[in-house]
This record gives sequence, C-alpha cells and structure tokens, in this order.
Amino acid sequence: MNSLDLARWQFAITTVYHFIFVPITIGMGFLVAGLQTAWYRTNKVKYLRATKFFGKLFLINFAIGVVTGIVQEFQFGMNWSSYSRFVGDIFGAPLAMEGLLAFFLESTFLGLWIFGWDRLPKKIHLATIWLASFGTILSAYFILAANAWMQHPVGYTINLEKGRAELTSIVEVLTQKTALATFFHTIPSAAFTAGAFVAGISAWLLIKKMDVEMSRSTLKLGLITMMISFVMVFVSGDITSKIMTEQQPMKMAAAEALYETTESAPFSLLTIGTLDGSRSVFQIDIPSVLSFLATGDFKGTVEGVNDIQAEYEKTYGPGDYSPNIPLAYWSFRLMIGFGGLGFLFALLALFQMRRGRTPHGKWFLPAMIFLPFTPLLANSFGWIFTEAGRQPWAVFGLIRTSDGVSAVVSAGSVLFTMIVFTLLYGVLAFIEVGLTLKVIKNGPQTELDYEDPKLGGSDTKPLVMAY
Amino acid sequence: MSLETTWFLLIAVLWIGYFILEGFDFGVGMLLPFVSRNEADRRAVLTTLGPVWDGNEVWLLVAGGATFAAFPEWYATLFSGFYLPLFLILVSLIIRGVAFEYRSKYGKAQWRRRWDVAIVISSAIPALLWGVAFANIVRGVPLEKSAEGHIEYVGGFFNLLNPYALLGGVVTLTVFLTHGAIFLSLKTVGGIRDRAHDLALKLGLIAAVAAVAFLLWTNLSLPSFNLKIAALSAGVAVAWVAGIAATLKRREGWAFVFSASAILLFVSDLFYALYPRVMPSSLGAQFDLTIRNASSTAYTLKVMTVVAVIMTPLVLIYQGWTYWVFRKRVSASQIAHPERGILDTATHVLHQ
Repeated sequence: MNSLDLARWQFAITTVYHFIFVPITIGMGFLVAGLQTAWYRTNKVKYLRATKFFGKLFLINFAIGVVTGIVQEFQFGMNWSSYSRFVGDIFGAPLAMEGLLAFFLESTFLGLWIFGWDRLPKKIHLATIWLASFGTILSAYFILAANAWMQHPVGYTINLEKGRAELTSIVEVLTQKTALATFFHTIPSAAFTAGAFVAGISAWLLIKKMDVEMSRSTLKLGLITMMISFVMVFVSGDITSKIMTEQQPMKMAAAEALYETTESAPFSLLTIGTLDGSRSVFQIDIPSVLSFLATGDFKGTVEGVNDIQAEYEKTYGPGDYSPNIPLAYWSFRLMIGFGGLGFLFALLALFQMRRGRTPHGKWFLPAMIFLPFTPLLANSFGWIFTEAGRQPWAVFGLIRTSDGVSAVVSAGSVLFTMIVFTLLYGVLAFIEVGLTLKVIKNGPQTELDYEDPKLGGSDTKPLVMAY
Repeated sequence: MSLETTWFLLIAVLWIGYFILEGFDFGVGMLLPFVSRNEADRRAVLTTLGPVWDGNEVWLLVAGGATFAAFPEWYATLFSGFYLPLFLILVSLIIRGVAFEYRSKYGKAQWRRRWDVAIVISSAIPALLWGVAFANIVRGVPLEKSAEGHIEYVGGFFNLLNPYALLGGVVTLTVFLTHGAIFLSLKTVGGIRDRAHDLALKLGLIAAVAAVAFLLWTNLSLPSFNLKIAALSAGVAVAWVAGIAATLKRREGWAFVFSASAILLFVSDLFYALYPRVMPSSLGAQFDLTIRNASSTAYTLKVMTVVAVIMTPLVLIYQGWTYWVFRKRVSASQIAHPERGILDTATHVLHQ
C-alpha cells in the first residue's frame, strides 16, 4: 500500500472510532441535563440517582471522545497537508470557530459540573451541564458545516495563482441547506443513540430488579427519546437524500448500484450476487420507491452511474468518478436497517409498557442488550456511506482525495502511526467497555445525601468528587 | 496593524495561554509521585487538576485550528514536517487525558500504579517536545519549494534533534516542572505543599540555568544584536528570579504570577524573534514561510478576527471564573476513603 491508501485507512480508522463516542456524548449530555432538571424541578431522589448514574457513564464515554478528537484536529495537517493548503482558507474557519465557541464551552463547564456538586449552588450547577451540552451541539454544527462544504462547496472562489479555494461568504458556508440538513440529521441521531443507551441499560436494571423505581422511569425516557428522535432522523434523512440526489447524483446512484438511468426506479432491499452492473443473482426490489426517495415523485427519473460517469468525464476530464459501489450500496442499507431495527425494538418495548406494565417475553432481554448497538452501527455506516460515497473527491468537484495527501510524509511513517493509533484505540476501547459494564453491574447508588452548597464550597468537608 | 500581524499575535496569545495553563498541568503530572507520600496525597494532587485540565488543553486545539484558518501553509508545513514529534505528543495527550479520568475509578493498587506511570511519562513527553519543536521553528529548519510550488519540510526526524532544539526541550521541561510545583504549593496544604515548595526552588534553579543558556544562544545566533529580543530575554530572567524569590518567601500566589509571566515573556520572545516569519528556512530566506505567503485571504482573516475579538474575552472570563470557583486549596484529608474508587463504592443495591 502506498501512503495515500494508508492515510485513507488511518483517517477511516481514527474517524469511525472517534464517532462511536461522539453521538453518545452529545445525546447523553442532553439527557443527563434533562434528568438533572427533573430532579431540580420535582426534588424526586430517583432523578438525582439517575443523573449520577448516567452521568458516570456519560463521563467514561466523554473521556475517549475528547482525547480521540485531538487527533482529528491535527491529522489534516499531518497526513493531508496538500488538502489543508487547498482548503485552509475556508475549512479552517469553522474548525477554529468550533474550538473557540464550542470546545472551550463544553470542556470548561463540564469540569465545573463534574467537580461542582459541592462547589456550586444547585441552580448554577444545573446551568453548567446545560452549557456543556450546548457546547457539544454547537461543536457538531461547526464540524458538520465544514463537512457539508466538502460535500457541496459554496461561498468560495478558486485562486489559480495560489492553487487554492478561497472564502467569499462565510454565511453561505455556515447556512447552506446541506449543512443544516446534515445537522438536523446528526443531532437527532445522537439523541436516538443516547436514548438507546439509556433504554438498554435501564431495561437490564429492571430485569435484574435494581432500583426499579428509577429504571422504569429511565427506560421510558430512553424509549420515548428514541421515538421522537427517530421521526426527526427519518424526516431529515429524507430531505438529506433529496439534497444528495441533486448535489451528488453519483452518490445516490452508487447507493442503489443503479447503473442505468431509470424512471420510476425501484428501491432495492437487498442483493445477493455482484453489484458490478451485471445481472444480480437475487434481488428484492420495492417498485418506484427509489424515485420517490431521490426526487419526491414516484415517477421521477434517477440518473445511473454510467450516465453520470460520461457527464463527469466531459466536465472534469478522463478518470473514474464512481465510488466503491458495493461499499456505498451496503453501508446505505445497513444505516437504514440498523436504525429501523432499533426503532422497532423500542416501539415494541414501549407498547408493552403501557398502563404501568413491565415488558415481558423472551425477546426482551436480548433485544434490549442489543439495542444500544443498533444506533452505533447505523451512525458508523451512515458516515462510511457519506464519506466513501463522495469519492474520488475530497471536496466534491474541486480536489480529489488522491491530491490531498501529504507529499513529505513517507508510507512507512503513516503505517507506523496507523498501527500505534489502532493498537492504542483498541486498548482504550477494552478499558472503556470494562468500566462501563462495571458501572452498569453496580447499578445506581441508592444512598445519596445532597446539600445545596454555597459558591466555592468548604475547606474541610470531604470532597464529593476527587480524582 | 495588518490583519496578518493581528493573527500572528493572536496565535502567539493562544500558545502563551496554552503553555501557561497546560504547562502547570504537565508539571503536576510529572511531579505526582514525587510530592505524594500516600494514596490520599496522590488523589489530592490530581484533584487540583481535575476541573481544569481539559479546558487548558483546548488552548492547544484552538491554536491548531486558528493556525489552520489564518495560516494554512504554516499549519500544513509544520504538521506534516514535524510528523513524528507531533505524533508522540498526540499519543501522550490521549493517554494522559484517559489516565486522569480513569485512574481513580477503581481501587485496585496495580491499576492505579500503572496509570500513575502513564501520567508521569505522558506529561513529560509533550513538555519536552514542545520546547524541541519551538526551538526548531525559531532556529529554522530545512524548507524548500516543492515542484507544486509549496514550501515543504525536507529534513528528517533526526534533523529536529539538534543541540539547540534539545536545549529548548530541557527549558520547557524544567520550566513546566517548576511552574507545576509552584501551582501545587498554591493549591494544596500540608505535606504536599511543603514538598512542592522545596521542589519548586530546586527545579527553579535548574530551569534558570537552562533558560539562560538557551536565551543566550538565541540572542548570539541572531545575525545582529537585537535590543528588543535581548530586552524580552532579560525580562524572562527577571520574572523567573522574582518567581524564585517569591517562592523563597512563601508568597505562593506571587510566585505563580511570576512563573506565568516568565512563560508569557519567553513565548513572546520566541514569536518576536520569528516575526514576520512563521517558519524560517535554513536553506535560504527565499524559502521562508512568512505571515504573508502563509496566510489566508483578508476576508477569512476579517471573519476570524470578529469571532476572536468577541469570543476570546468571553472564554477568559468563564475560564477565569472556573479557577475562582475552585479557588480553595485541596487537602489530602478531604479525600474520604482514598483507596476506594467510585466504581467500588456503589454497592448498596436495592433488591426488590
């Protein structure tokens, strides 16, 4: 493998790994803030137990999200310096804004929240978790705007002399519909993810009869969060796919392995056999649904890979403009499939909980244990589809991925760092999962005493939180 | 003042903030086993960092992001050129952050000992390498124009390990150790405070020798005597001596103010020596990266200036407020059941 392939693998590994933790952080931050608000409002201790219990899980997860995020910030310069030179004038701005507006906010106020239980008055302490949660959402907005610009560059001009793209309108970059649609797709996905976490863990506690009072409430909270966010993910997903069809028709064609331009195109549920344009061995299609998905009209025309390829050759010169089609086809299906599966489990569990009943049946325990994994898989496949489906472009129509790699970094260096990152990330995952399971097995702490502290806390009392 | 100069200054400010704040984090991390006598001590030491370390580290992320936005050529050349040292720093920061968060979750002695070793090493590596990196930037490294017209780093890894740069590394290492010891003496009580105080004095003298040697070397290797660079260097020395004097008199707050000022002046000195270059080339001035040939467009710089002018004071206010909220000294006696982790304690489970 050359340094390009290695750099691509490294980006894929570090980014997919980082994004396992990010949606949990964003969603759990929000839900923990909600739980603490419920405690603040009602004074019911079960909400305090829930805040502390899910807060612990949130923080164990947050740690890995933060440290792997540092790599994200610097690997553009390390492995993708030609890309960085080309896009820095535009792409750097949302990244710097993310740091100044979001990272400072979340890290500072999360520190205040973790150590503030006996240092901040109740109300201010509640405000810190909301500010930290707001920081995580703001951070997502800026990085998604940067990514949306790679999917669909706007507000720029090309400076041929300097060989780079230059910003002409920051407002366009930050408010284009691609950015907004992605934001409203990703944030509810994060809520869906956290909902599945809370629900899955609460269900386990309920089955083990640990803190039934709390776990019933949090199971319901998790499931309802999943219901609401699924609707939002579904609607924004639909909008996103229409925007994608308009802006990146090749990605949509690849998602369906649709080689020839078709009217009333069917949506293929699954295919056994090859996806190389020859006849597949076995295929299940739903008539006309792809046309509806892509254009909003069951009779709409969806362009196929071959026609788009011919068109792009005219525009951009000779070359292969199609992404890895089996990868795009399957990751698109798996994203939808795992998301839908999680929703079905949640719907079923919620249905059985009506009128104060407890879910039952042999399916319940395994389904609830698997539940948190459904959004994680859907999130990963969604991003694999989004990024792999844009290939061969790094920025659509402007710079190819192959032209973005660092010229001065040897394949050996990239291979070495990739191996170390992968091993390190593997060890961290092992430790993280171990700690998470330990917290779940211990269950919520039932003996909690809380005193509303004055600002600054006490000199002598035992600390509520110490590292 | 031109937009490019404004951004050069802003990036200097971000690095100053980073080195002052994470500087003491690194120092405290390295000193952990040397100021502690027991588990309660160790946890008290780590608790002084607990609420703030992550916010401190964001200064680095913002410095990186701001360099990307304002000087993309600098960002690209520096991070692809200094590849392996940067990689070592990243790995250290990853391990360090996780170590802080996970170390005391379990009570097992072996688990904690391993994380303690990790904290010491992963604090020492960046403390050393940042000095090596900045000394190299100031000294100039082999930069050349590539076929595509970009100025690229053409030296290898070992090119970065020259005596001047290594001395720079020793300076940041010892300065951060001292700065961390002063911070600990300010934030703790009892035995930790006394031990940190003694260490601050000893380390402060070693750092003084290293810093004086480094600043002399820097001044002497200039093409001609530069009064402003010399004055800033003298300022570093004065602030440092004042810091040691304040430590001697047990004025811990002042000692911290002076060690922070010395770091501020030291980083300012290096940036002043660079200006208007951002990465001089050792192969000739025509290959220098400067604030002009490395910068973004005026429009991008303007947009970012607006954001920075609004946000930086706000960040300083709420980060400052955090330090005020956690202004009380941490005592080892406040750590109830130091050998117990929060994952060990939650065992009162209701079985209904």
